Amino acid sequence: MDAVPPFERFYEAHRDEIFAFLVKRLGRERAEDAFQETFMRALRAYPRLEHGRELRAWAYTIASNVSLDELRRTRPYSAPPDWVEVDEDARPAYEELDHLTRDLPPKERAAVVLRYGYDLAYEDIGAAIGSSAEAARQAASSGVRRIRKELE
Amino acid sequence: MTVTQDLDARFRAAALDEGLVDVAYDVIDSPVGALFLASTERGVCRISYDVEPEAQEERLARAFGVRVLRVPRRLDEAKRELDEYFERRRRDFDLELDLELVAPFHREVLSRLARVPYGTVTTYGKLAVEAGRPRAARAVGTVMNRNPIPIVLPCHRVVGSTGKLVGYAGGLDRKEALLRLEGVSL
Repeated sequence: MDAVPPFERFYEAHRDEIFAFLVKRLGRERAEDAFQETFMRALRAYPRLEHGRELRAWAYTIASNVSLDELRRTRPYSAPPDWVEVDEDARPAYEELDHLTRDLPPKERAAVVLRYGYDLAYEDIGAAIGSSAEAARQAASSGVRRIRKELE
Repeated sequence: MTVTQDLDARFRAAALDEGLVDVAYDVIDSPVGALFLASTERGVCRISYDVEPEAQEERLARAFGVRVLRVPRRLDEAKRELDEYFERRRRDFDLELDLELVAPFHREVLSRLARVPYGTVTTYGKLAVEAGRPRAARAVGTVMNRNPIPIVLPCHRVVGSTGKLVGYAGGLDRKEALLRLEGVSL
């Protein structure tokens, strides 16, 4: 049951709740562009997913990042909003990673979850979070360092 | 909250425009019942009378890649030619076909099949001879049965040596209907 489902299945299963999530974050108008961007990022990374587990959380991770980018773009001087990490529906990947990554900055959190929860290559993580492969690698490794420090 | 049809259509179109769709599909109506149509970037890769999307999506994903998405636009040309065929305004199809995953013998037989003229029938045995395997009439039957692109690749024009219709993956009713449409007297 771990096979990655055809994209149509993934899209139909999650499009409505992801749209609702984005509307809540960004308002109706901006949610439309963010919706398209979310599923385009998912589509770009999709062929390299190693398994089909936790795809809902994966979709929320991407949507979180897209809305964060959108808020930054339109309000460049404001601090990242605090909802990014704690929305109940937006929890990425596995319970364990969810717990461990809870206090990470959003991009680092997404990078760690996509790398270690989904075995995605950095190039694909970059595509999912809207940055370069190198930036994705740095985000993941800085996330891991932060978690280590936290555990010490 | 439900995604509007417009937003949904925009996403599907954008996915296609950016070249991110391995297989696009749609389901259309026809005089022989609903048809499932699918196409890769290379061309039409599947036509089926089995229009249940989930089973078809799984098969297409295994064969061509997991980015299977319902995007009607990529099938526009196929729909147009099929409509013309069913309205008796078209005898030959000009569609690009994707047969890359079809085994060599099957492909050879299908390419012979494609040349069987509109409104005529041939036999499994004759096709076998043309494909260079005169004793493989039964194998040709299997190729017809698994034809990924029926109607366009006209396996309905292949009958038994006695002229009996014999079989058709979509059911004999459809085979008969297609032959009658083409003016073959049965």
